Amino acid sequence: MAVVTASSERSDAGRAESGTWRAALPHVAPFLGMLALALILPLVGNDYWALIGTRMAIYWVLVSGLNLVVGFAGHLAIGYVALLTLGAYTTSVLVAGNVVPPVPVFAALPIAAIVGAIFGVIVGLPALRLRTFYFAMSTLGFATIVTQIALAWQSVTGGGIGIAGPEFPPPFNTAWGFYFLCVGIAAFTTWLSANVARSRFGRALIAVRDAEVAAEATGISKPKMLIAIFLLAGACAAVAGGLFASLQTYITPDAFTFDLSVLFFIAILIGGRGSIMGPMLGTIILTILPEIAAPLAAWSTFLYAVLLLLIVLVMPGGIAALLDFRNRRPLASNRAIVPRPTALADIVRRSKADRALALRGVSLSFGNVKAIDGLDLDVAPGQIHGLIGPNGSGKTTTLNVISGYYAAKAGTMTLGTDTLPPGMPALRATRGIARTFQTPRVIGEASVLQNVMIGGTVEGRATFLEALLALPRNAQDERMLAGKARALLGVVGLETLADVRADRLQHSELRFIEIARALMLDPDFLLLDEPAAGLSGDEIDRLAELIKAITARGTGVLLVEHHADLIFDICHQITVLNLGRILAAGTPAEIRVHKEVVSAYLGG
Amino acid sequence: MLASIIAAGLASGAIYALVGVTYNTMFSTSRVMSFTAGQLAMLGGVFGSMFTLKLGMPLIAGFLLTLLCCAIIGIITEFVAVRPVLKSLDQHLYVLSTLAVALMIQQIAAIKWGTEPQPFPRLIGLGSGVWDEKFWLPVLACAVTILALEYLYRRTLVGRAFLAIAEDNFAARALGLPERNLRIASYALAGIIGGVAGFSGGELLLAFFANGALLNFYGFVPVALGGLGNNRGAIVGGLALGLFQQAANFLVGGIFSSVAVFALFIVSCSRRRKACSAAPRHGEYDGRGDRLI
Repeated sequence: MAVVTASSERSDAGRAESGTWRAALPHVAPFLGMLALALILPLVGNDYWALIGTRMAIYWVLVSGLNLVVGFAGHLAIGYVALLTLGAYTTSVLVAGNVVPPVPVFAALPIAAIVGAIFGVIVGLPALRLRTFYFAMSTLGFATIVTQIALAWQSVTGGGIGIAGPEFPPPFNTAWGFYFLCVGIAAFTTWLSANVARSRFGRALIAVRDAEVAAEATGISKPKMLIAIFLLAGACAAVAGGLFASLQTYITPDAFTFDLSVLFFIAILIGGRGSIMGPMLGTIILTILPEIAAPLAAWSTFLYAVLLLLIVLVMPGGIAALLDFRNRRPLASNRAIVPRPTALADIVRRSKADRALALRGVSLSFGNVKAIDGLDLDVAPGQIHGLIGPNGSGKTTTLNVISGYYAAKAGTMTLGTDTLPPGMPALRATRGIARTFQTPRVIGEASVLQNVMIGGTVEGRATFLEALLALPRNAQDERMLAGKARALLGVVGLETLADVRADRLQHSELRFIEIARALMLDPDFLLLDEPAAGLSGDEIDRLAELIKAITARGTGVLLVEHHADLIFDICHQITVLNLGRILAAGTPAEIRVHKEVVSAYLGG
Repeated sequence: MLASIIAAGLASGAIYALVGVTYNTMFSTSRVMSFTAGQLAMLGGVFGSMFTLKLGMPLIAGFLLTLLCCAIIGIITEFVAVRPVLKSLDQHLYVLSTLAVALMIQQIAAIKWGTEPQPFPRLIGLGSGVWDEKFWLPVLACAVTILALEYLYRRTLVGRAFLAIAEDNFAARALGLPERNLRIASYALAGIIGGVAGFSGGELLLAFFANGALLNFYGFVPVALGGLGNNRGAIVGGLALGLFQQAANFLVGGIFSSVAVFALFIVSCSRRRKACSAAPRHGEYDGRGDRLI
């Protein structure tokens, strides 16, 4: 939006502000409704309900944080009761003063939050790179040892005898006073987690969960993201622990059974992934359930386990999927993708870089198979460079080496005068290299607009903390990303589908979404991996116009394709690969008459 | 003192190693890591005590019946928790489904058997002190299991079929191997190995429902140390873990020995993280369940 003048930007912002409010209302209303219900409870309920309500609020404090880990990032944290235990004991011990001088409870809670945040990260370390099972195991192991330590470290925790929970000063020392405190804290953590969920960080979490490879290509750093939410979830869990200890008035290791862990976990699964309201309802239902089914108390774990199995096997989408009415409306069946490439000029900033992307002597072998063998390749800015060859000739492998998924065994890659480090796919986006994939990698559960916005993640300037507290810079980021994404959807001709779940779209539409996502970066170089595969003849023509318009903005395009017509129509340079080696390189006219190319690939 | 550390360390290490092998056996044919591994070992102790002590059966009959029951539980796991989620391995639903089955097993054991640790009979009555049978029985069981598995995998057709499926599921099916039946067989085998672990370690761990969760974790550490699907690694890792835990127990006390084990687990995970970041083989799952090509 470089062409928009400052004054109109301000009025745009003003309009966007009121527009955002109107758009946000349907999302906020259910939460305000829940809060209203929570505030009405004291008028209709007795002390027993105060206890149940307080317990719900406390559980939700924990689950609201855990939801980001399980529901958004997709990491199966099954032992989070350990962090509740940790928070409960930290608060109780600090307030009781049997290690250090007694600390007021409102100071002890933040300290517990810090301790919980630190341990949240330690427990989460295996999740940063490894399979999710390692993380599940790590939380389970942590739950086991925390209970053992609580039992064995008698001088501090009181061992099996236990320790008194913290007491809150008036007015929070009555049943309803404490209830309001817990509801207040729960509302606060809901607000925090919703802020994260709606920011580019929340989208990045889902991207890492559902399309990790694509997320890396857009520059999302998984470890950084996960550490941030582990800190938050750990802190929430520890605060919940402090409140829980106070509610219990006296805690022993027996109070923290694995049942609780399962409850937190199942609440999120019942609620549904990527939702906040769903898990909140899940928490409420699961807290009330044992009260109704009191005779079955001994079998509660068993019932939770059955419930867990049923959810996994029967309704993996949870409550959120049931409530998602918007995405059940049928889509128009005769939709055509009509890109408007001319609009690009107003959206994508002109690539100023006049650096070329150059590969020299790049080699990579898998075992004894030489996938690429001494490849030289130059992609000039503003040019379309075609990369063709038979199947298995190393085209996609070349793209994967450039975008860092594979580290070349020999050779160099340079961007102008800079060397591109081998490997490290997440660092490509900041260097202005974007790409699409042979099989479209989009996030099925997110809307089309959100999918495109993912592409601009590295463009955002607000830090995680700013997003957490919904500070102005985050709102600016959101407006910028959403505006640009909508405009780019217009360019590729999909703006009418912006709010539809991406998994409801056709294959060809997904291809154009990927291009829009890649353009969010204003890339200097765009790597397209068979963008025309599965497209109709008309669509291929429109794709060609779109690619030409992109290069007209100064972007260099490296195009891997099997459609010979498309390649010869639009490419400025063509490199032909065979068995990892260059068979020929030159202009389309030269390649068309090259004897070996004709016999090996084009036929004729 | 050193002798008792080594005896207790090797004994518990052998049990952890066997649970690790149980994980690997299930993983090899299904690519699923199942939370029931530790529960199977727990059941080995509980069934063993029930058959031989409560019902007064002869040792051999009780042992065989225990293994049979564990094998059946293994097969049930395959039907209930593994088969339905195999289609979407990348969503890691197996973590949840096997956890659900593990929790059911644990809860039923707690209710039907009781929540207190109960005695396990003295099996042979041989040895005392550090040479007590409760120390050398698990080690012996571990050695016998490993030899039997080596024989199975290297000398028999069924064993080679297991290896083929573990190596390349698609190619093995294309060759006409009955993948589904082999998977069921491997879950039964895993049940038997878990049962052996629990039965041989019964005198050390007693018959106690909560052993399941404990062994789930302690049995997975050798797998994390030795590498997924690597039985030799699991054996070495398990024995090392047992010795490490007992040594830590002696040196820094009971509270911190479990902390030491947890730290070891976290460190072993970050060590494997480096191994993962090397370039994957062409078309191979890159350790995150996501196919690159």
